[in-house]
Amino acid sequence: MNAGDYNEVMARKNEIMKKAVGIDYDQFRVNNLVFDYEEMMAKAGYQLDEIIDIQKDTGVGQTPLLELKNITEVARKLSPAGKGARIFLKDEAANPSGSYKARRASVSVYHAEKQGYPGVVAATSGNYGAAVASQAIMRNLETIIVQEVFDSDDKGQPEILEKGRKCEAYGSEVLQLSVGPELFYVFLKVLEETGYFNASLYTPFGIAGVETLGFEIINQLREREELEPDAIICTNAGGGNLTGTARGVIKAGAKETKIIGASVDLSGLHMASDKDFNRKSFTTGHTGFGIPFATWPDRADVPLNAARALRYMDRYVTVNQGEVFYMTEALAAIEGMERGPAGNTSLAAAFAIAREMDEDQVIVVQETEYTGAGKHPIPQLNFAMENGVEVKRGNPDEEVPGQSIIIPEEPGLIKARDLDLGKIRSSYLKKAINSSGIENIGDKELEFLAAEANLDIASVKKMIAEIDEIKVDFK
Amino acid sequence: MAKVKAGSWVEIYSVILEPGQRAPQVPEDTAKVPLELKVKGFLQSDAELGDEVEIETIIGRKYTGKLIDAEPSYDHSYGRPIPELLKVGRELKEILKGEGGNG
Ligand SMILES: Cc1ncc(COP(=O)(O)O)c(C=O)c1O
Repeated sequence: MNAGDYNEVMARKNEIMKKAVGIDYDQFRVNNLVFDYEEMMAKAGYQLDEIIDIQKDTGVGQTPLLELKNITEVARKLSPAGKGARIFLKDEAANPSGSYKARRASVSVYHAEKQGYPGVVAATSGNYGAAVASQAIMRNLETIIVQEVFDSDDKGQPEILEKGRKCEAYGSEVLQLSVGPELFYVFLKVLEETGYFNASLYTPFGIAGVETLGFEIINQLREREELEPDAIICTNAGGGNLTGTARGVIKAGAKETKIIGASVDLSGLHMASDKDFNRKSFTTGHTGFGIPFATWPDRADVPLNAARALRYMDRYVTVNQGEVFYMTEALAAIEGMERGPAGNTSLAAAFAIAREMDEDQVIVVQETEYTGAGKHPIPQLNFAMENGVEVKRGNPDEEVPGQSIIIPEEPGLIKARDLDLGKIRSSYLKKAINSSGIENIGDKELEFLAAEANLDIASVKKMIAEIDEIKVDFK
Repeated sequence: MAKVKAGSWVEIYSVILEPGQRAPQVPEDTAKVPLELKVKGFLQSDAELGDEVEIETIIGRKYTGKLIDAEPSYDHSYGRPIPELLKVGRELKEILKGEGGNG
């Protein structure tokens, strides 16, 4: 690898990607703004029943769904009469690689094998690398993981170090980079050099692989409890977790279940900053990915992102780092389940939201992730303190990302803080319409934008008309 | 300098982009430092730390770079217990035993 050709490689991006993903995305485009999302999911991906079989083959999915009776009881003790929904948890840590990402990797790796690619590459610092590597072993393919790991002082987050180790445990070549979005350049070079498949997080394969998660939750609750959940809450970063789960819920025919996104609040920390890099105690499931991807999904490594969380979100909340560490501790201490912190983001939010809900209602936390050295509240908090972040008990409302982590003094202080979906929708509309260059909005544009923003046609039209920065005519 | 034997499992380092070559969108602090790469693999011939060497990765691909570590270790662990978390379980159990609320 040499430094000279950054611009040249970046200029070949589309060509490299087309070969490495094998999808001609242009066939789904109607014009500069509109594309047929459902057709893309149907044609480029696989059907749900095929995916269930693919996943059975490699031991993915069919994870246990547990009722968190003690955590539910604590929520009820802190709630007025009649309040405190039952909290269920889908134990995705039981997947072969220890997180729901095994679902996401399973279809990509299957497809890569079927298409005759000699190996797979993924750009990820996280659980996804381990998932791809694990699935690839089962299908006898080689894996290369490109990972952002250390800052300019050569220091790495314990959680990222652990995830790198896990990829190596599954026999993958791991390219470990310092901070910066030019990781993408290294990734492109690897794809070009190897001819391997890009097991992107954002293809129809990846997202369709997560549909089984939502589908299983609905069927497990129907069978066991003869009910459908009132809400499912998903830890949200790039949006694939939520999108896939929600699509699976719809495919299972559950119409009343609300889909809630939850992210750890890391506002104020810059994701590409060398200095901020090690001031974050969460490496995924946070607002640094969650908000940009919700407002503009097509910032991924493929031309059209199949993860489109805004289409499915009924509500989007944030929690603080200290609250998630608290709930991670609670899950171990009163439920007997030690699991990784990032997956517990939605658990922290569910605990707060359950207290708003009636006691006969059900909220499902749709994942856990594995835990271990580095990927655990103890090393994360020790690392935070070493990096000058203050850790104390108190009121989590006072936490300042990068400066403090406040472990709630008592569980009643845990909150799910609502993000304004109206604002996120309006940013999305601005970006989508203005970057398309479209000047006339007709029925097909409105229909597309309404689906993208999860609004009805009249509301989306009204919203567009009210945004000053959008200058379009309605046909 | 200690000799590292050919065939040892090692880690190498290289600079991918110098500070002046960083992407235009990176923040100032990141633009000031190089984009660096570390990879592990089997050393192809005897060398000393600091030498430019070639390695073969676990999947058989070759890279060259500066030899920075022989038998690189995994040092991430757990560390000291966190006093702020130690009592959380006990406090929650107290709440479970207590009266009040919708319980
Ligand atoms: C355990 C876990 N939960 C949730 C997420 C968030 O998924 P997404 O990026 O699709 O929103 C990730 C992704 O990094 C993850 O690894």
